[in-house]
Amino acid sequence: MDGVRFSADLSLVDGVRVGDYVLLHAGFAIQKLDQQEAQATLALFQELAALAQKAQTGGVGS
Amino acid sequence: MNYVDAFREPRAGQALVRRLQEAVAERQVTVMEVCGTHTAAVFRFGLRTLLPPNLKLLSGPGCPVCVTPTRYVDQAVALAERSEFILATFGDMVRVPGSRTTLEHCRAAGAAVRVVYSPREAVALAAESPERNVVFLAVGFETTAPTIAAAILQAERQNRTNFFVLPGNKTMPAALAALATADDLSLDGFLCPGHVSVITGARIYEFLACDHGLPCVVSGFEPLDILYSLDLVVRRVAAGTPGVDIQYSRAVTWEGNVRAQELMEQVFVAVDSEWRGLGVIPGSGLALAPAFQRFDAATRFPVDIEPSRDPPGCLCGGVLRGARTPADCPLFGVRCTPATPVGPCMVSGEGTCAAWFRYAVHRREVMSAGR
Repeated sequence: MDGVRFSADLSLVDGVRVGDYVLLHAGFAIQKLDQQEAQATLALFQELAALAQKAQTGGVGS
Repeated sequence: MNYVDAFREPRAGQALVRRLQEAVAERQVTVMEVCGTHTAAVFRFGLRTLLPPNLKLLSGPGCPVCVTPTRYVDQAVALAERSEFILATFGDMVRVPGSRTTLEHCRAAGAAVRVVYSPREAVALAAESPERNVVFLAVGFETTAPTIAAAILQAERQNRTNFFVLPGNKTMPAALAALATADDLSLDGFLCPGHVSVITGARIYEFLACDHGLPCVVSGFEPLDILYSLDLVVRRVAAGTPGVDIQYSRAVTWEGNVRAQELMEQVFVAVDSEWRGLGVIPGSGLALAPAFQRFDAATRFPVDIEPSRDPPGCLCGGVLRGARTPADCPLFGVRCTPATPVGPCMVSGEGTCAAWFRYAVHRREVMSAGR
């Protein structure tokens, strides 16, 4: 992490591979982050931001 | 992909703030952020200054060190003062004041108190020090309990006879039920803890929505996560349709980490447990299951301690249940600071008082908004 190396126990999670992001807690990986879900959340935020912008500029013709 | 910066993007943040303002409208809404890491994030990112004034955020009891009662610290101190023990603990615990002293002061006086990052390190310490008994202070919620269960199982596999834990782990559901029914709080909904939910799954909050009519949203820890989660809670309050939502879907599922749950069920059993500020809550603590009794430092090494005393004047108890704010406390920022904490809420980085002191102490408007 930021150039610092940790050793982490992977016994609580399945199927972790090099390149995955995991949540680390007290020396254990407790979850693999779901990239698809992360992207879906970000897409939703962007959609809401775009909607807000449209509303602000009148939103006519959208 | 980067899991941090994109969740802090200002343009989306502004849109979410406006959306939240619309949702709140003229309503008075009170939401509790249960988790101390959420409290710290709310302050760190200045979110309180962005929220509509009639949306009130109360900080809850989700700081493990903070809810650990003084008696537990006193027990740990009594063990630390005996030379046959090495006490291994997460860092925050060493500075929590007991009735008489802290583990930090014990260490300064020569006691063997070691800060570890993982309970596995405590097992390793036992292997390195066969002539002493290593006692690990087992505090923390469902996030931490499986890591302690794994360490106990590791010690068992290694036939360690000098590794013990002082059981003090707690679980969230019964505590949330106590808060849901508290008349003086009149909560409208919960921002549920993200990393507890990684382990337990969001299903543990279903009863809060069904039986207590309180919307629950499991939130991530970045500013956009928190703003959008508040929006989800408020919209459910406005519509009168309580339910459980998972906003932190990149880490949390409905079922949770089943393997971690199995380890907890194997090693621990539910018992009544004392929480600072909330009193004894039935079924809210974890003791060792019968097959793992031999690792229990509390029964193996009973200590004679005087009745515990909480620090005079300290309002941590009220702060932990959201009934008081640090601004109500006469000690806050005067006698009680992060350098010289009087109560545990000022010790831990997840503590409400520490967050207020670090990010809000000089901001009069935030102080008064929180009252």
